[in-house]
Amino acid sequence: MLARRIIPCLDVKDGRVVKGIGFVDLKDAGNPVEAARFYNDEGADAICFLDITASHEGRGTFFKVVEETSAEIFMPLTVGGGIRSPDDIRKSLLAGADKVSINTSAVENPDFIRDAARRFGIQCIVVAIDAKRKQGEKGWEVYTHGGRKPAGLDVLSWAKQMESFGAGEILLTSMDRDGTCEGYDLELTRSVADAVKIPVIASGGVGTLEHLYEGLTVGKADAVLAASIFHYRRHTIKEAKEYLIKKGVPIRPI
Amino acid sequence: MIAIIDYGMGNLRSVHNAFKKAGREAVITSDREAVSRASHLVLPGVGAFSECMDHLRSTGLIAPILEGIQRGKPFLGICLGFQLLFSKSEEFGEHQGLDVISGEVKKFPDGKLKVPHIGWNQVRFTGSCPVFKGIPSDAYFYFDHSYYAIPEKEGVTASWTDYGIKFTSSVWRDNLFACQFHPEKSQTSGLKLLENFGGLT
Repeated sequence: MLARRIIPCLDVKDGRVVKGIGFVDLKDAGNPVEAARFYNDEGADAICFLDITASHEGRGTFFKVVEETSAEIFMPLTVGGGIRSPDDIRKSLLAGADKVSINTSAVENPDFIRDAARRFGIQCIVVAIDAKRKQGEKGWEVYTHGGRKPAGLDVLSWAKQMESFGAGEILLTSMDRDGTCEGYDLELTRSVADAVKIPVIASGGVGTLEHLYEGLTVGKADAVLAASIFHYRRHTIKEAKEYLIKKGVPIRPI
Repeated sequence: MIAIIDYGMGNLRSVHNAFKKAGREAVITSDREAVSRASHLVLPGVGAFSECMDHLRSTGLIAPILEGIQRGKPFLGICLGFQLLFSKSEEFGEHQGLDVISGEVKKFPDGKLKVPHIGWNQVRFTGSCPVFKGIPSDAYFYFDHSYYAIPEKEGVTASWTDYGIKFTSSVWRDNLFACQFHPEKSQTSGLKLLENFGGLT
């Protein structure tokens, strides 16, 4: 049976992990390669690196990080942040990434997704959607530029459009919940999961193991992405997996 | 020497890295001569079926690949490199494959399950295929695909995987092995498989 995935996500700036990781047992917790290795050993099902570097030099450092990680870690690796052209995708894949996650440039030019899916295969195109509840009406709006800019698009119709353009997966982040530790926006997650046939990765708001469980069951997500719950060692991936297995969720045991 | 065949499609670096980690030396090559000389052949591949076939044709690599298989060189096809071995695929219209294994490649049926089939799924062995040595049946491997292969003769199926339907997740015939899943992305089990493959003679 296909297992639901647990994906730790690391924010990387100028080649370093930001938001600091609370591992005491790592020599250099700011080193993304070490952090990825740590999660690999812990039983993560995939790793996600989000590049939040602004500078050109930092970009080069990021690709180096991806390269070093993929030389050591034999599990799926998704990279996101600043993917704007086919060349960015090519560079990411050549560095050893399996998938790229695209947000702002998909909104600016939806055909980019169509072309990228045709050229690189839908298996490597993840469309990231930052969603925020609309004020005074039902539904959610798409945001870009790291959540700073409303795109004037409805999340559900955007998700469907991206599916038809060749997205292989949707990485769905609730901006209302992100950083709150109150749990995923389950209504949002479920609505998108029901609207599309491609897998949906839930993100934003995890604070407890129960939140992971809810995301995969009530929220109908195919995978859960989380950062601080693992980074700050509130829980290990092993604990999360044991908890979910006990609750009857199909999970790849460690 | 293990030759990882580079025909311009797919993430060859991770396959190369994984062989290295598994203690097997391999080279990435697009040179016909090098492919002919190699002791083991690996055909990876991601993307669309027809595009992969086009690239294989234009690089002139089909002949040395088929010759290698015929001569009984250990051969490993991965993901699209697995699907390409079949007679035809229905991805973006009907396209001819290498026809090393009779059968066809079809899209997962519309239904309740998500397509692509992405993630870790269990692989149940049908027999004692040598590349699975030391790996327990029902081990998890990493998959990422929307199309699946249906061999004409069930005898070539080396493993089954269940995703709404039971499908052939790998095939094995003499020294030819090919899998839909990605051993290079499947941690310990995947590395063991690559190590086993490298040890075939």
